[in-house]
Amino acid sequence: MTLATKDLAIGYGARRVGEGIDLALGDGEALCLLGPNGCGKTTLFRTLLGLIPALSGRIELDGIAMARQSRGDIARRIAYVPQAQASAFPFTVREMVLMGRAARLDLLAAPSRIDHHIAENALSRLGIAHLADRIFTEISGGERQLALIARALTQEAAILVMDEPTASLDFGNQVRVLEQMRALSRSGQAIIFATHDPDHAFLCADRVALMHQGRMIALGTPDETVTAANLKTIYGVDVVIATLPESGRRICAPSLTSA
Amino acid sequence: MKGLALAALAALVVVIAALCVGKYLISPADVFGVIWARITGGPLTADPTADIIIFNIRLPRILAALLVGAALAAAGATFQGMFRNPLVSPDILGVSAGASLGAILGIFTSQTVWVIQAMAFVGGLFTVALVMAIGAAVRRHDAILVLVLVGIAVETLLGSAISLIKILADPYNQLPAITYWLLGSLTAINRADLLSILIPIAIGVVPLYLLRWRLNLLTLSEDEARALGVDTRKLRLLFIVCATLITSAAVSVSGIIGWVGLLIPHMARFLVGPDFSRLLPASLLLGGGYLVLVDTLARTIAGIEVPLGILTAVIGAPFFLWLLATRERGWQ
Repeated sequence: MTLATKDLAIGYGARRVGEGIDLALGDGEALCLLGPNGCGKTTLFRTLLGLIPALSGRIELDGIAMARQSRGDIARRIAYVPQAQASAFPFTVREMVLMGRAARLDLLAAPSRIDHHIAENALSRLGIAHLADRIFTEISGGERQLALIARALTQEAAILVMDEPTASLDFGNQVRVLEQMRALSRSGQAIIFATHDPDHAFLCADRVALMHQGRMIALGTPDETVTAANLKTIYGVDVVIATLPESGRRICAPSLTSA
Repeated sequence: MKGLALAALAALVVVIAALCVGKYLISPADVFGVIWARITGGPLTADPTADIIIFNIRLPRILAALLVGAALAAAGATFQGMFRNPLVSPDILGVSAGASLGAILGIFTSQTVWVIQAMAFVGGLFTVALVMAIGAAVRRHDAILVLVLVGIAVETLLGSAISLIKILADPYNQLPAITYWLLGSLTAINRADLLSILIPIAIGVVPLYLLRWRLNLLTLSEDEARALGVDTRKLRLLFIVCATLITSAAVSVSGIIGWVGLLIPHMARFLVGPDFSRLLPASLLLGGGYLVLVDTLARTIAGIEVPLGILTAVIGAPFFLWLLATRERGWQ
């Protein structure tokens, strides 16, 4: 297990957002977190990244309690891919990706040739090597998201945490990001990601956790957990889960009541 | 690297020009001759007056302008990065207001120049410490926003104290001295002043310089920077202390010189990009060169010395507006 939580309670000070959360993530596993807005996904992620303290319970990274690890220790084990946002300064994509090396460098060091090499490899892996010298704020939203994934890869952490990596991307860019996520997962990178689209769970998750009002109501393979009944519980809408005839892949479609 | 070399060359050219011009014109050849004679201890080929003017009058003042300009620009670049806002100047946390109040109290109570400088220095440091302490006590909002707002409030408070002292000050002796100080000047600089600011500026600049790549990480959102393994609270505190130390030291001898810390980092970013590995050295060089240029103008364009603060504003404000109108990058 690279990451495990036991009876975890999350929230901000007196405000308890979720509790009783038991998660386990194996090497190279992709876990998809599904849940409506406000169910505590982001709070859970911030807790898993050590950005806010757990209210109670335990988080273990590589078998070591997170509470006993320094910021650098945590960053070498678990990396964060935030939703792409504008930066105040016009950094190039290369400069942005190199920042991922912070936890691997001495306090006074600047990135060396080796670090540059690692950054370029990460960019190539995501198919955006040609963007290295472009300005981060001037590339498209999908490209920015890929660049942030590249930055997380240069951190060389076993786990990637992605908070809605496809949010506000157009359809094509969503598919491109999902493809890269699946490729990373196949190559042994453990990933936890949140999404609002149940189809993404079928596309690139090994396991799915369903979150509802701060609790995990289901945890298992996509086929077991992403069911019409469960989605009705968490989202309050009716859906049809169908199987594509040729590939046997499952898809999820809403059934509109007014039809 | 090309941009940095350009900045260094510009600073060098300005310094040589500043050594040449003034009421007593000295040719560049004589400037080199005089300096060469001092370095080698050889015979003086040029006019002995040139030697006295260069070493007793112009060089201390040029070195002071280099130091003060470099300090203000480095502090400006640091604060802009840390507060993720390219429109921030080094006195965002009230350094200038605190230093002004200290200096003006010194003038009002008829202290010696040394005591006035020391009071300005301590006033600047104390004000920022106060702003940080209040900021740390207010925990309910975004930490950076709170610091900026507390800075504005404290500055306004000190501003009213300054106005009160100006009303009470002797209008024939003290008020002109206060006004002159508030407008900034390097007229009265001497070698002892140079030494007294060199040490605190060096103490502030060296950590900034050593940690300059890490400053890039503080321009990201708080969560991002921490998830990348940065202890943002400690790092930000260190940068604020360093930038405040150098600004206080600079302001204590020169008075208030606006716009340098706001403008120069922009020119530096234009030249070498936003990466602080290059931005910080470029800001130091351009800031130093720029203030030497402005100070040279201040002592040559008119019969009397023009206060520096007036010139930096007259040059700075239109330049700033031009930047605002023409450049798109980095203004989100």
